[in-house]
Amino acid sequence: MRNTVQKIVQKAGNDRGRLMDILLEIQAELGYVSGEVTDQLAEELGISRVDVEQTLSFYHFFRQEPRGEYTVYLNNSLVANMMGRVEVAAAFEKEAGCKFGSVTEDGRIGLFETADIGMNDQEPAALINGKVFTNLTPLVVRELVSGMRNGKKVEDMIRNYGDGKNGSDLVRAMVHNNIKQKGSVLFSAYSPGEGLTKALQMSPEKVISEVKDSYLRGRGGAGFPTGLKWEFCRRANKEVSYVFCNADEGEPGTFKERVLLTEYPHLIFEGMAISGYAIGAKHGVLYLRNEYDYLKAYLESVLEEMHEKKLLGDRILDTEEFGFDIRIQMGAGAYVCGEESALLESSEGKRGEPRNRPPFPVEKGYMDHPTIINNAETLCNVVKILKNGSEWYTMLGSQESAGTKLISVSGDCKYPGVYEVEWGIRVKDILDLAGASNIQAVQVGGPSAECIGPADFNRTISFEDLPTGGSFIIIGNKRDLIGDVVTNFLDFFIEESCGSCTVCRTMPTILKNKIAKILTGHGVQQDLEDLQDWGSKMKMANRCGLGQTAANPVLSTLKNFREKYEGLIRKDVDFDSGFDLASAVVDSCEHVGRTPNL
Amino acid sequence: MSEKIKFTIDGKECYAEPGQTILEAALDNGVYIPSLCYLKDVIPAGSCRICNVKVAGRFMTACTTPVAMGMEVENDIPELNELRVSIIEMLFVSGNHFCPACEKSGNCELQALAYKYTMMVPRYPYLFPEKKPDSGNKKLFIDRNRCILCKRCIRAVKDEQGRSLFAFKNRGNELAISLDHELAENISDELAEEAMEICPVGSILKKEKGFQQPIGHRKFDKQAIGSDIKSVIK
Repeated sequence: MRNTVQKIVQKAGNDRGRLMDILLEIQAELGYVSGEVTDQLAEELGISRVDVEQTLSFYHFFRQEPRGEYTVYLNNSLVANMMGRVEVAAAFEKEAGCKFGSVTEDGRIGLFETADIGMNDQEPAALINGKVFTNLTPLVVRELVSGMRNGKKVEDMIRNYGDGKNGSDLVRAMVHNNIKQKGSVLFSAYSPGEGLTKALQMSPEKVISEVKDSYLRGRGGAGFPTGLKWEFCRRANKEVSYVFCNADEGEPGTFKERVLLTEYPHLIFEGMAISGYAIGAKHGVLYLRNEYDYLKAYLESVLEEMHEKKLLGDRILDTEEFGFDIRIQMGAGAYVCGEESALLESSEGKRGEPRNRPPFPVEKGYMDHPTIINNAETLCNVVKILKNGSEWYTMLGSQESAGTKLISVSGDCKYPGVYEVEWGIRVKDILDLAGASNIQAVQVGGPSAECIGPADFNRTISFEDLPTGGSFIIIGNKRDLIGDVVTNFLDFFIEESCGSCTVCRTMPTILKNKIAKILTGHGVQQDLEDLQDWGSKMKMANRCGLGQTAANPVLSTLKNFREKYEGLIRKDVDFDSGFDLASAVVDSCEHVGRTPNL
Repeated sequence: MSEKIKFTIDGKECYAEPGQTILEAALDNGVYIPSLCYLKDVIPAGSCRICNVKVAGRFMTACTTPVAMGMEVENDIPELNELRVSIIEMLFVSGNHFCPACEKSGNCELQALAYKYTMMVPRYPYLFPEKKPDSGNKKLFIDRNRCILCKRCIRAVKDEQGRSLFAFKNRGNELAISLDHELAENISDELAEEAMEICPVGSILKKEKGFQQPIGHRKFDKQAIGSDIKSVIK
């Protein structure tokens, strides 16, 4: 064991900056990172044990204790629940003989939950030893568990492979792409190198101005003008700079990057090379969320292929002056790492805590070098803009939002999947495309954005109206909006907060308790005022986008569905402590065999 | 000598050295901006959020934001003070703080801020979290019930090789401070004392010594926190 660890550390050049890779590899070899291994790592890397532990304990998929020969991570997101996760979870527990959060006595099967694995269009889904299992039913679960009992290989438990590259040798996943609508930008004809060839015929400054003229804005959710970001970074004018591609889509309900990574990885990598040329960077890093580990080998083969075709490497397209390479950095399970500065921290082997700004990453990013971080979808757009020109691009979309957008549609509808639409499309039109009816609400942009009702279905998907990173969750009439939706989203934010800022660490729990009070019939008018007032502090007093928006599930439903809250509270009193004597004494009365005398 | 940067805090004209943060410059100009996680000469964390000020309508932490020429900082205004009290209240309900029994009472910055902002009782319901104290070290006792996760100890307490004695563990509402038992095994009395000093609350305590200074005679028993920052004319 000591040798294994030593070899892994040496392979990473004894570099504490590569702690993520080191821990992931140790886990792949040894199953988990024991206390003994943690001590050894501290020693070999010349850091304190607690420094190793702080990274190790931050990420969801790192294990400090054995989690079974077969480790099941069942997705617990809202849409999974809608599609029957509860029955599937019960089946896992019954068949395996252990509860979620534990491992069977023989150490064979571990059952755990995880938040959103990017499979909302084929839920319930789970990761088993890194492999994706979709559309689970209790019957399938029984088969899976029996396979585990018989020592079957996980890859042999996959019965059918999905469409497109999902069925290729290096992927072999049962995931389906579910591309439901192709548009003229992303899901359109493409042959690798087209954009890059055009770019290299221009000066880097011209490439930046072309991207600026296209009015392309970041597709991860924040919508920062891409060309401007590049210009800032180029202006930093340092010897070394970096291009990062953010492929850490963790917002519940998005899965469009999964499809891009599966079907259009060349496009992403080419976009990275173009941006590298524009800002003067020689190195690119693709930060890939751990949930998409099943795509890693395939993505690496694409990188190799692009090297062979001179689309990457020392002398791209045989030019003297431009070389660019890309490595893949794996995440280990943390929603907050989708925030660009947290993503950099993570890539440096640390906890994924967002940084204070200024300085911005374009001045001081990865290892303190100027860095741009672009979303995978943004980079795909870049290639097409270079190929067809910014004028062509601005013809598409709406007033303030040029181009097209990938929307990940899931929830209560007939056709969940990825739709490429022009910005400016009405919510209603997407609902029609998806075959949705009897709709109560749509969560546009995921839990961190807005929950709207039918009165708003004429609004448009655009930066000027309803911006979205791509998540579009349809919530049918039969769902319990507060009990199921809001509560699930709050749980998500409680789980995913890095904990650094006081308010983000504390407030979601306070809000959740307040909602629980209302749901158990103890709510009064004041509680609604409190939810509003307390929730609004999140925006004021947190460092990053996660914290600032984590109260949105409450705030946006309070705004758009106030009647649902009003219907739950007591109108007969102004105050209810929330304390219920009868339920408080149930356990003690049962214990002593007495009936409560209230 | 480099040019000083002119800016204002609540309308008062102030001057900053280039590169200074709003908080540092405020202290130099005799303006009190309340803070908890800030520690002089240590990289700011910007995590407690109490030093939140407003610049051009936007909230930002004074401890991390560098002063820019002509900046108009809002500090002592009802909106911010309200936010500060509410953050203090959050810190109270998210831990288990029993001031009368705490060695740090009177020297505790959290308690002092609560007094300063006349917090009577937190508006938020107590969360009563279960926190495990750590008494495994010979010289230091870590009481996580009182910890406000300000990261001061993480940033400031290092061994001779620059390795951290303290670090965060876990995330979200499970976040906790952990002490490296191996590195801290032979911790000097001075460093142990310093660690206790650095902690703004009673979370890091030096063992075998306590209540030397009687309650009632301690730092904030005599004067409110921040009242020692006097207006200086420059």
